[in-house]
Amino acid sequence: MEAYLDNCATTQVCPEAVSALSDAVLKNWGNPSSLYKKGNEALAILDGARLSIAKRLSCGADEIFFTSGGTESNSLAILGAAAAMKRGGNRIIISSVEHPSVEGPVSHLEADGFEVIRLRADSEGRISEDDLFRAVNSKTVLISIMAVNNEVGTIQPVEAARRAVARVRSGAVIHCDAIQAFGKIDLKPSAMGVDLMSISSHKIHGPKGAGALYVRGGYKNNRSFVKISPCVFGGLQERTLRPGTEPVPAIAGFGAAVSALPDTRGELGRIYALREYLLRGLGSVGGIVPNSPDDALPYIVNISVLGINSEPMMNFLSSRGVYVSSGSACSKGMKSRVLKNMGLSGDRISSALRISFSRFTKTEEIDMLISGLRDGKNSIRRGR
Amino acid sequence: MNEVILLKNGEIVLKGLNRRKFEDMLIKTTRRRLSALGEWRLTAAQSTIIAKPSDEGTDLDAAVSICRKIFGFAGLSRALTLPKDFEAILSATGSYLSDELSSVSTFKVCAKRSDKKFPLTSPEICSILGNRLLEEHPHLSVDVHNPDIVVNIEIRDDAAFVHGTQLKGAGGMPTGSSGKAAVLISGGIDSPVAAWMMAKRGLQLTAVHFASPPYTGERAEMKVRSLLEKISLYSGPISFFTVPFTEIQEQIKDNCPEELSTVIMRRFMMKISAVIAADNDCGALITGESVGQVASQTLHALACTDAAVSMPVFRPLIGMDKDEVVAAARRIGTFDISVLPYEDCCTVFTPKHPRTRPKLKYVESAESALDTDKLVNDAADGAQRSVIDGLRM
Repeated sequence: MEAYLDNCATTQVCPEAVSALSDAVLKNWGNPSSLYKKGNEALAILDGARLSIAKRLSCGADEIFFTSGGTESNSLAILGAAAAMKRGGNRIIISSVEHPSVEGPVSHLEADGFEVIRLRADSEGRISEDDLFRAVNSKTVLISIMAVNNEVGTIQPVEAARRAVARVRSGAVIHCDAIQAFGKIDLKPSAMGVDLMSISSHKIHGPKGAGALYVRGGYKNNRSFVKISPCVFGGLQERTLRPGTEPVPAIAGFGAAVSALPDTRGELGRIYALREYLLRGLGSVGGIVPNSPDDALPYIVNISVLGINSEPMMNFLSSRGVYVSSGSACSKGMKSRVLKNMGLSGDRISSALRISFSRFTKTEEIDMLISGLRDGKNSIRRGR
Repeated sequence: MNEVILLKNGEIVLKGLNRRKFEDMLIKTTRRRLSALGEWRLTAAQSTIIAKPSDEGTDLDAAVSICRKIFGFAGLSRALTLPKDFEAILSATGSYLSDELSSVSTFKVCAKRSDKKFPLTSPEICSILGNRLLEEHPHLSVDVHNPDIVVNIEIRDDAAFVHGTQLKGAGGMPTGSSGKAAVLISGGIDSPVAAWMMAKRGLQLTAVHFASPPYTGERAEMKVRSLLEKISLYSGPISFFTVPFTEIQEQIKDNCPEELSTVIMRRFMMKISAVIAADNDCGALITGESVGQVASQTLHALACTDAAVSMPVFRPLIGMDKDEVVAAARRIGTFDISVLPYEDCCTVFTPKHPRTRPKLKYVESAESALDTDKLVNDAADGAQRSVIDGLRM
């Protein structure tokens, strides 16, 4: 038996998604832009997936735009909004603990002359609303705040952005990277005051290669309520915001995975219980400190096994079929920027592991992890 | 069109009575490497191996790039085969080389007439053909000292050959002509370059890698495999041994003084490699050490590692600066792989202050805390063997 406890990196594809994907590959392989029956069948699959995502976000289907995944959704939101807003000012505000797929395009804009404010995170990885209010001015064009941090699970005060913008009457576009939150907590972008929201398929048991961007009020032929421009040109797909023939199988799987997600309230209770079970087990091993705050999303538990470097422990667990992350899977071998910004000591950072759950996680997997950590602690020699 | 690749033998032309043996090795290697692109007829004549594809449609550019990585050739050219008829040579040369000739402004003709029965002398061939090319390509002029392109005409025993400027070959000696040696390979920048340099001298390579799970991960070994794939494009298939090294590293850490741990670890690596080398007909070890580069590569430390084994240890980088090694690694194509950030066994448990002038008698006495022979033999017995061949991936 394996214990896959790195569900923030990716998740196992659920059976519903596999079957939708396989139907789209084997039967409905037409081009959705073709106007005959075979094309229409493929188009119907896209529409169905779009609708199931829209339901989950309590928004209109015309507000959902498919992309190749979370990274592209974030780039499209940030580069697209900055391009459309550049006459309105030049300040961009993000948190200092954003995912590299947000930090990357924002740094790119910074090099192009935008002024970037990175809001400091406290020892729990959370930005303060006061800092956000102080940072927003009338020249602010974009605010991008993640819903849930991918390394420690901290929930950010995304809703504060709308109030901050309203106070100074700025026309800033508000983007939220909700890739780790989607499917795990209820997200209603309109109620959160968010203009753009990124989500991804493979983090919620869908296939890799599909993601979506929510655009408040939709987008059609260069007209939109929210200021955003395409970054790719040359086709009518996704109402010209994201042209290119759609990967129908991946999107079909995405839609099916969303429909198969359990009700968040009930599932969240189960995950809280799993986290309690894990924390009790960690306590029995000893010498392990949690880096995630108590009120973090319970799907993500970041810990430090004091005195033992992350990589040997990760390798040791891997040899027993127990999979956790040493830092974030998206930055192989790099020291965590998030933990550093939380002010953790070098020893805590170099011994950090991230454990993350999914709707398929069982207590047996946590038992395997605990016994692995206990044996690893006894056999692995302390690092430099 | 009747095209071939002319491969000019390098150093082996200086050999005496056993030159034929070296030539046979070169032919065997060339046949093996080119076989991925189809059937070839290989003939040796007058210090040259002529490679002729059986199929007209064979990708000769790919074949040239494979041949440029075969040790033992000084130079090579893609050439047109013609009957030994001067009219045919005159009319074919300009059109065969027309792409190259139209993109340059100066040329010279160089004729070699090894068949002295051919009616024209070499200077006559040069002069008549040169004039003809000037007529056909009026933008060209002749420059005998620094031409952009050399038009080569070779009148050999069985045919005439026309080709442009000769490409430089990989040099060195035919693979296997100097025997076998085992290289200690870590995944850093140096050892792949050392392996390549000794392979160039005709050594067939066996590679030994030390894995210390869980301190080193699977990616570290995958990295070494990609490095060896690159080298094997030159050296031919490499026998690759992965040695389980965790227990030895842990025992050194638990039982030996920290400041000697690096030199003791390296002595273990040498001893294990020597056992594997002896079992696999290797006559020497190869390492990527360079004097003074790090604490384990001082004169004193090298003396201690040397004393661990009785077989010759080749250290081709011994007098090279790091930037020279890096430049070589870039040429071979291993640099970008070497700089990937995975832990290797050399950096596990690195002491803060390693002894830079270790004395052998203290090192040996520190080692006596360990059952060295058993640890060495167990590790060598536990080594996993595989074969790495970048051409067959």
